[in-house]
Amino acid sequence: MAADSCSWFPALAVGVSLLKCFFISAYRSTDFEVHRNWLAITHSLPVSRWYYENTSEWTLDYPPLFAWFELGLSQVARRFDANMLQVENLNYASPATVLFQRLSVIVTDVVFIYAARECCRCVREPKGSRDVLSRPSFVLAVLLLWNFGLLVVDHIHFQYNGFLFGFLLLSVAKHLQSQHLQGALLFAFLLNLKHIYLYVAPAYGVYLLRSYCFAQDNKDGSVRWSSFSPLRLLALGAIVTSVCALSFGPFIAMVRGREFFFCSGAAPSGSAPSVYRVIKNTHHDVEELPPASMTGGLVQEFEHSVLPSVTPAVTLVCTLLSILPAVASIWLRPHGAQGFLRCLLLCALGCFMFGWHVHEKAILIAILPLSILAVESREDAGIFLILTTTGHYSLFPLLFTPAELPIKVVLMLMFTIFSFTALRKLHSAQGSLLHPLEVIYLLGLVAVAIACEVVFPLSPWQQRLPFLPLLVTSVYCAMGVCYAFLRLYASLLLRREEKPKQL
Amino acid sequence: MQTWSLVSICVLLAIIARWGVSLNSYSGAGKPPMFGDYEAQRHWQEVTYNLPIQEWYFNTTNNDLNYWGLDYPPLTAYHSWICAYIAKTINPEWVELHKSRGYESTQHKLFMRMTVLVADLLIYIPAVVLYCLYLTDGSSKKKVSIMFCFLLYPGLILIDYGHFQYNGVSLGFALWGILALGLGWDVLGSMAFSLALNYKQMELYHALPFFCYLLGKCIKTGLIGRGLFLLVRIGVTVLATFALCWLPFLAEPSQAMQVVRRIFPVARGLFEDKVANTWCSLNTLIKIKSILSGDSQLYLSLACTLLAVLPSCIRLLTKPTFWHFKLALVNSSLAFFLFSFQVHEKSILLAALPACLLLNDLPLMALWFLQASTFSMLPLFLKDGLLVPYIVTSLGFLFFSIYLLSALDHCSEDKLRLGAYNKLFYWLPKMDLAFIVRWKFYISIAAMVGLSIATAVLIPPPHLPDLFPVLVSTTAFLHFLGTFIHFNVVQFSEPPSRKSQKKSN
Repeated sequence: MAADSCSWFPALAVGVSLLKCFFISAYRSTDFEVHRNWLAITHSLPVSRWYYENTSEWTLDYPPLFAWFELGLSQVARRFDANMLQVENLNYASPATVLFQRLSVIVTDVVFIYAARECCRCVREPKGSRDVLSRPSFVLAVLLLWNFGLLVVDHIHFQYNGFLFGFLLLSVAKHLQSQHLQGALLFAFLLNLKHIYLYVAPAYGVYLLRSYCFAQDNKDGSVRWSSFSPLRLLALGAIVTSVCALSFGPFIAMVRGREFFFCSGAAPSGSAPSVYRVIKNTHHDVEELPPASMTGGLVQEFEHSVLPSVTPAVTLVCTLLSILPAVASIWLRPHGAQGFLRCLLLCALGCFMFGWHVHEKAILIAILPLSILAVESREDAGIFLILTTTGHYSLFPLLFTPAELPIKVVLMLMFTIFSFTALRKLHSAQGSLLHPLEVIYLLGLVAVAIACEVVFPLSPWQQRLPFLPLLVTSVYCAMGVCYAFLRLYASLLLRREEKPKQL
Repeated sequence: MQTWSLVSICVLLAIIARWGVSLNSYSGAGKPPMFGDYEAQRHWQEVTYNLPIQEWYFNTTNNDLNYWGLDYPPLTAYHSWICAYIAKTINPEWVELHKSRGYESTQHKLFMRMTVLVADLLIYIPAVVLYCLYLTDGSSKKKVSIMFCFLLYPGLILIDYGHFQYNGVSLGFALWGILALGLGWDVLGSMAFSLALNYKQMELYHALPFFCYLLGKCIKTGLIGRGLFLLVRIGVTVLATFALCWLPFLAEPSQAMQVVRRIFPVARGLFEDKVANTWCSLNTLIKIKSILSGDSQLYLSLACTLLAVLPSCIRLLTKPTFWHFKLALVNSSLAFFLFSFQVHEKSILLAALPACLLLNDLPLMALWFLQASTFSMLPLFLKDGLLVPYIVTSLGFLFFSIYLLSALDHCSEDKLRLGAYNKLFYWLPKMDLAFIVRWKFYISIAAMVGLSIATAVLIPPPHLPDLFPVLVSTTAFLHFLGTFIHFNVVQFSEPPSRKSQKKSN
């Protein structure tokens, strides 16, 4: 069997790319029209009108670098079907348009594939010849390239997360390889592509300030103030400002009002298993649920009448409180790039759980980097299995059409079987990965899945309580996510002291 | 990783590939008045559910045989009946007599696609898994690789899940038969193959090898004694299976005769449409259809088919081993495909199944033929709007079979069984045959890619409207002829020794 050292990675990459092509004709969400509209706006209108154009309800609300990206794509789109680039052609979806958009996601995933390759290089390979399937780098490659969440969100629901996560993972890989300026540059790019990555900006900021700008530590690990390097700080600052200037240059005056949903008063929408879902559902036991407020996408106000209302300020405070211990921990007792990664995960999860207007897709910001830790440590592998299974299952409501049911079930099964068996084999020497109670929780997830997908549509309550499966799914998954959050915290705060690396 | 997890992941990947293809269009979508094979299957559900059994194969006021009349043996009809029963519980409009003609909707498409997947999961896929785990040599990783490539064969996926048919059922039953024969369970094997025959009459392409293998085995065991006993048991099983399947039609001889008349329509001519067999390809040079009369065409095709099939079957009769059986299956089905009467392009699937069995022993030749067989059906796929799935599945199959089976690495003369050619062409200067074969493979793939692009993208000149389908079928015909000759040569040379097989794993 062709199992030589280098060929398995291209094989995995080719395989997953061909798999993605199978979904070209599958269900597309409104995000498809969103991106078509942005192609049209950036192609047909002058730069000054990009953030003002509102013929379509899907106005441009990503940072400018993404708009430049769409402009670049539109140059290729012209050769497929020029009609998709007309702003007035709302909901235009000719076969050529669908083909182009789907292929653009598949092709831009090359950034993600490259990033996965870099991450695989950062993983320690244990000594001794092992067969390819049991190597940590192989397992990590599959967990990243064939990630269920990315396949379902990017290639069926339709988004460009693979491209964006490529930047995030590449940045993390650069930090793990001690190339911090490159890592910072990549993260600056990423922030200017999609602002949701602000979730993890505190981790970057504190880590780079503490471990890069202060070049040395005292023997006990505390900060050595005298080793502060203004040169390094200036280098970081220059990188960030130049990227922002590149992206925002033409727009400084224009973008102010549009970008952040904070001010527009959006209710926690969709089915993201956040803390507010738990609050909201308790509330709905008391009151009748108004039908329009549960569906995600468009913004609306929502006031709780019994339990305290959730305002943006409250969520900000809760989020900051939840990530404060993690951030403080890498300031006071840095654990090198590994600690940074853990802090990044905690920031991502904290913002996911307590943040304002969180989409369920944001769970991927935690799942993907956690894969890197999972192939190296048994404890992280256990947390990974819980977070991944619940996080991926919480994405199920995104694909609600009957034709896609077999796809999401089969893909989920594939990924779950692989992650459980491969991680168990990797860490087999150190005992079992999951506590029996955790196993029971995960089996309960199967029961919830069958109840929501199979039993409920055929039951009499389908008419009266159409959103019950959504509620049950997100509450059950919220428990798993919270549990993973707490365990990750424990692993960061209770970690034994490692000698912090000199950078 | 344990074998069970690898096997499950491969099966799940195969299901995804199948369901991914089924998201696309089907034959005859939105094309009244006749539509296509999809409507034919739906119509058979309508007919079998609403009409009594005696009327299924007859032309009555309720059953117009000109509109997709039943032309497969009874097992297909029973399968349609079961599907119709389920359809009726979900939505009676799907099978309402007369009114449901041309019925098309997304839910109905989902239901029909589901029936194909369920049939595959019950019959075809388990047979493939068991065959690869128990009847192939090598490490468990090698077996899983072969299973993966077997399940990924594009032709079957595109026809069953794209164009819409139930070939998985008949091929699945045939594969169960082959599996049973390989494990030494001859009686069960013959029962499984009889079921396959009663599902689709085209399985007759495989009938001679089954017959010769079992007869040869009986003769070897001794025609007086155990051999005869085995022969009798097999005969009884076959007759009993046929009787069971045809039971409702045996009450009256006219019933049975009508079914036979429907499933063997001899009035339809030497070939229809562009198909990659000898007669169609010959027709481009000499117009045989107009030169010879209908009867002479029948006799000519019969004679050629027999001549082509006999060497392989006689060899099998004299050496009834599993290796020869597999080769005879390929040779027989190819002989029938190339020379028989009224062959459809989809019949190449009958040769593709045995070729998949040879993926372990002769990976390069097998995958080359399988790729050519998919390519030969390209005009059909284009008509059905299946270009993208065709490209994706072909690329996937080609890439993974070359990568996982190391087909181009294990390319020595010994591995390719080219020794016989050296003996045949001893008067020619000694050449590196393996090198030539590899380059022929590259050129052939390039030609297939080029022709695929041309057929999909270019518009043919107005005086040659069928240029590209003819080019495709002629190229495919040359590949099939080459494969036929090669596998016949291999069958007549020494079988692979145990030692050389073990070394290759």
